Amino acid sequence: MALRMWASSTANALRLSSSSSSSRFAPAFSLSRTFSTVLEGFKYATSHEWVKHDGSIATIGITDHAQDHLGEVVFVELPDGGKAVEQASSFGAVESVKATSDINSPISGEVVEVNTKLTESPGLINSSPYEDGWMIKVKPSNPSELESLMGPKEYTKFCEDEDASH
Amino acid sequence: MAVSQIRNSGLPLINLLRLKGVPILQQLHLEERILRTSAENWCIINDGTIDPTIVMGISGKAEELVEIESVLRDEIPVIRRFTGGGTVIVDQGTIFVTFICNKDAVLGLQSYPQPIMSWSSLLYEKVFQGIGDFRLRENDYVLGNRKFGGNAQSITKNRWVHHTSFLWDYQITNMGYLKHPKRAPDYRQARDHLEFICRMKDYISRSNFINRTIDSVGSHFLLTSQSAETIQFPPGSKFEPSSRLLTSHELGEACFKSLTANTASQLL
Repeated sequence: MALRMWASSTANALRLSSSSSSSRFAPAFSLSRTFSTVLEGFKYATSHEWVKHDGSIATIGITDHAQDHLGEVVFVELPDGGKAVEQASSFGAVESVKATSDINSPISGEVVEVNTKLTESPGLINSSPYEDGWMIKVKPSNPSELESLMGPKEYTKFCEDEDASH
Repeated sequence: MAVSQIRNSGLPLINLLRLKGVPILQQLHLEERILRTSAENWCIINDGTIDPTIVMGISGKAEELVEIESVLRDEIPVIRRFTGGGTVIVDQGTIFVTFICNKDAVLGLQSYPQPIMSWSSLLYEKVFQGIGDFRLRENDYVLGNRKFGGNAQSITKNRWVHHTSFLWDYQITNMGYLKHPKRAPDYRQARDHLEFICRMKDYISRSNFINRTIDSVGSHFLLTSQSAETIQFPPGSKFEPSSRLLTSHELGEACFKSLTANTASQLL
């Protein structure tokens, strides 16, 4: 009983969605907002960040699973352009009601652009985690790091296993 | 990945650090350092802090949360802390209890805000059993429908901190330094501050609360007592605290913003 109390109230079923365009993110569809969405063409970290590699630039944000578990995001702290980020290290934080949660970079590189819309509209991370809620764009310093990340099916199973074990 | 410390009893180890009257900024620096550089579980209890101090959450804006003119006049320190959450004014009547744990310390607990909050409420339910009508209401600890404990958290990749400031007692005049926040829990129902909070001293003594809390922690962990002098951090570990005191200049700027906002709203 206590374990069920501790576990997130979010359903642990995940659905895959296709990305139809390589130049912008296709809208992800889900049957219901109770299901977390995972997109094709993205790579995922075990700390629930996603990265979309497009030519020489990689875009980074947090996944639908993460935003759902965190709750309403009220504040985002992001690095300045030009700053170096390191794979698996924190580059910023989100605040959701009472908690700050670190955001960890899935890859190493240099920040080339920051989503300044998130200052006024942090809720974009909840409503559009893979599109309008993107956080930083990075010039990767070691593109081979992408191979160490999970693909959509692997990440889906990872989330299912994580939710099931709690 | 941090390694769980489990002794033969099957319970994870936790270091218990009891402090008294430590300044809140010093406590926050210690907590953040333990969060980011230690691999052990910790429970820190600070029985009161010396001077009345206002403590805002990581995104707190002084002009929205604090009566700046009074704060500047009376030289009340204002801190922005490393965790989320709202604004409190703390003093000798405040008792602080903090948990800093590895993400796998508590079996079955996901290191997200709500699960951690729920787990903490189970621990305190035991403390207040037979004492008062305790519950977790939205994200606050209440007795009846009045708040007596405020919570905040910070979650990293492998660890989390959950800390609480308990109103064992408070000065009514100090509450006047805080504005009514824009973001308030539904159960507050627009009540004035003094109608919304209660004093824990009306229910339990300081020593009884602390002892019962330690007993409750002992049902989840195997306790090892530590002192501030014996805390050891990994050699070469680098750490810069993010909790800090706002400068007079920053408070002055906030005062200007507040006055400008008031003037603009009057003109509309």
